[in-house]
Parts: sequence; C-alpha cells; structure tokens
Amino acid sequence: MTTFLQQTLNALQLGSIYALIALGYTMVYGILTMINFAHGDLFMIGAFFCFLGATFLNLPFIPSLLLSMVGVAMLGVTIERVAYRPLRSAPRVSAIITALGVGIFLENFTLVFFPYPQSVPTLLKTVIWNIGGVTISNLQILIIVVAILMMIMLDVIVQKTKVGMAMRAISWDKSVVPLMGVPLDLIISITFALGTSLGATAGTLYAIAFPVIDPYMGILVGWKAFIAAVVGGIGNIRGAMIGGFILGIVEIMVAAFMPSTYRDFVAFGVLLILLIFRPYGILGKPRPQKV
Amino acid sequence: MNDVLLSVQELWVSYGNIKAIHGISFDVHEGEIVTLIGANGAGKSSTLRAISGLIPYTGKILYKGQELRKISADKIVGMGIAQVPEGRGIFGNLTVLENLKLATWQRKDKPEIARDFERVFGIFPRLQERRNQLGGTLSGGEQQMLAVARALMSRGKMVLLDEPSMGLAPVLVREIFRIIGEINQSGTTVLLVEQNANMALRAANRGYVLETGNITLSGTGAELLGNPRVKEAYLGG
Repeated sequence: MTTFLQQTLNALQLGSIYALIALGYTMVYGILTMINFAHGDLFMIGAFFCFLGATFLNLPFIPSLLLSMVGVAMLGVTIERVAYRPLRSAPRVSAIITALGVGIFLENFTLVFFPYPQSVPTLLKTVIWNIGGVTISNLQILIIVVAILMMIMLDVIVQKTKVGMAMRAISWDKSVVPLMGVPLDLIISITFALGTSLGATAGTLYAIAFPVIDPYMGILVGWKAFIAAVVGGIGNIRGAMIGGFILGIVEIMVAAFMPSTYRDFVAFGVLLILLIFRPYGILGKPRPQKV
Repeated sequence: MNDVLLSVQELWVSYGNIKAIHGISFDVHEGEIVTLIGANGAGKSSTLRAISGLIPYTGKILYKGQELRKISADKIVGMGIAQVPEGRGIFGNLTVLENLKLATWQRKDKPEIARDFERVFGIFPRLQERRNQLGGTLSGGEQQMLAVARALMSRGKMVLLDEPSMGLAPVLVREIFRIIGEINQSGTTVLLVEQNANMALRAANRGYVLETGNITLSGTGAELLGNPRVKEAYLGG
C-alpha cells in the first residue's frame, strides 16, 4: 500500500510535467490544426533558460521560472511569425516538415553553446518528509502545485476571457473570425505565447527535478507529451491534461512493478490500445461536418 | 439621392490563373438596399470577400471615401462594414451569447453594447431564449438569425449579406427578408448577394446582375424584375 501511494505521488509529478507540455501541442493544434513538432525542443530551451538564470544571474526559483516563461514565449511567438505564418495556407505537410526543422535547429543551436550536459544549480533546498512510510519532497509538491495552478489559469483564460473566446472560435472556423472584428494573427500569437510558456514551465520544473540537462532532452519527452495530447484528444485542453497524467501513471507503475526496461514499451503499448478504442482520444470528438 | 457609402471601382479578383471578377464597378448609397444577383460562380461571394478584406484584389474599394485595400479585415469591421458570410459561419462550440459577444470585439462603448443586446434580442426573441445554448445546436433558420444578429452587434453601418436565404424553408426566407427590411429601416445600409433573385429584387432599391465576373445589367429592383432577360435567366421565365 505504501509503495502504491509512493508511486502515485511520483506518477503525479511526472504526469504534471507531461500534461504541461501536452497542453502546448494541443493548443497550437486546436487553432492551426498543425502539430508544432518543435515544442519538445522549446521545453528543452525552457530548461536552459532556467539554467542560465540560476547560473549566470544567480536568480532564485520564481524569477528563473518567469525568465524561462517569458524567454520561451518570445521565442515561440517569433517562430510562429517567421517560420509558420508564411505556410499557413500551404499544404499541412510543409508546416510539419518546417516544425521538425525548427526543432533540429533549436537542438543544434543549443549544442553550439553547450556541447556537454550541464548541471542546474540547486534552486530550492530539498526537504523530505516521511509520512507513514511515504517519502514526500518539497520539490514534488512544488512541481505538482505549480503545474496544477498553471492548468487552472489556462482553463480560466480559455473558458472565461474574451481572448479565450476568440481562441475557441478560431478552433471552430478561423476563416470567419476576422469578420467578427477579431485580429486573427494577434490571437494566434497569444496562443503560441501561452502554449510555449507552459512548455517552459515544464522545462523549468523538469530541470529542478532532474538537474542534468542537455540539448537533446526535449526529443523523447516531447514525443511522449505529444502522444499524451493525442490520447487525451488533440485540440482538447482538458484532454491534454488527462492524457499527460495517464502517461505519467502508466510509466511510473510499469517501472515500479516490472523490469524498468519495459517502461516505454508498455506505456506506449497501452496508449496505442487506448487509441484503437478511442481513435479521437479520450475527450476528442469527431468533427461534425460543416454544412 | 444620399451620399455614396461604398464605391467599388474596376474590381478584379483572381484565384491563381482563374479570373473570378473582371473589373466590375458599382456604388451603394447610404440607406439603400442594393442586391447583386447571379448564378453560382458568377463572383458574388468574391465581391463581398474583397470588400471585407479577406482576399487580395486589384482596383479600388472606397468606404466613406477611404480606400480599404491596406486595411486588415478586423479593422474593416471596426469601420462599420459587417458581413454575414455564406453558410452563416456560426461558431458551433460557442454559446449564442458568446457568438454575439465576439462580434463586439472592435467596440469599446460598453453601455451601448448592453443596449444593442436588448435591441437584438427584441428583434430575435428566439435567440434570447437560446442564449446559453451552443451555436451548433441551433436550427438552420436560427443560425441565420444569429448570423444577422452578430452583424448588428458589431454595429455594422453597412451589412453585407451572402445568400441569407440559402437552405431555408420558404416561410423562414420571408422572415429573414422581413428582418432585412426592418434593419434597413432603422438606418443600416445593406448589400445583398442572392441566388433567390425574386425575393432579393423585391426587397432591393437597386440591383446589379453579375454574370461570370461581369456586371451585365443594372437598374432599380422593379426594373430588373420586369426585364425579360432577368425573367428568363433568374426568375424561371
């Protein structure tokens, strides 16, 4: 029982990181029906921004997090403006190839400056509590709380604000949105800023939990979060959160109760089986035909 | 006659190598209902899309004397040109209220917006009943009413209507045209694109006939209704 509780806590920690990244994929897909395959690498850049802030500017945790969010949001908005916007009416495959290219560019650009893995200085002193045999660290609590706060904030923005209303309208039919007087490009930029800053948050939290970072760290994590977004129902924000937590739970439970080399094999197997039964994802719906 | 509100001069639109509109010119005066009639593919929707700034074109489109070419589509709405697009363009994942609120994006006049909500719900009591329902759950007629209501919420001084009768039962078509007349009476200028030439010409002060990208006839609504060529081609003989 204690093992189970312990692993549940670990699963929540990992799942909240996946969920934050998955949100970035799903938001961009929701408004542009395009997979931003550079998103995993923006997560990596987020970790590096946190590292830079902590190492060279001696910033504590919250300012490092904010630096990372702002830096990555600006980068994300720039990438959309320079690389994706000119391709908005081009065939989907061109945009996807461009996104993959942007990802490889970001990895190698980082590699120029940091050819070796870097260790992130301790931003927060670890405190470990032992409650009935379950060890809980303050970092775990922090990661889960920050992630959940971000998700609540995003949900409020999307459901309750005017900008969020415009985002939802774009996801339904972006061709009509300008006729409402809504500046389409501005809303798309805001969406990129929000999605990528959540990715940066994930990168920062990840760097705190696993403080050795390298330019390729975003690839596998990015793919996993993408699959989590698809399992939740790509384009659906709550779906991305659920998908992220499911992936975290499956991974941790497999590693806990089976040989750890089975982890990705079983995790991805479960997700593929889920997709057979729910091809649009858990909360995804087949798009109704437009009349 | 009142001042020219919208002036389209030598408008050309092409999609790749295909020329959709071949240098058409027409004016809409303040307070008028003007209709463009023509068959499918004659270039009616392209004309409206060009006015709203959704597609590139050559030639001039002037609104209150100001050239619109360099102005983005959302700003054109802010200047007072609203469009009810073909197929209505309702956001099915937004509630009726949200659909209406979105259309006020360019407006800053909060008390006026509240008054316009009352006015719109006065014209369309059905929308008030369904204000918390998702747009996608409305019937075709209700969606058309919502689309017109959105144009009113954006405070269109001029409303461009693209095929408002499409896919509606005759009784609803009459209802929509009655409302168009009512909106016009309250001071909104209307540019109406229709395949239903009979209804459109009856409602309009003036009309233009568009054939494969050219204006081939023009006149008052009554003149065009009586024109033998119009009768044969658009009114079923």
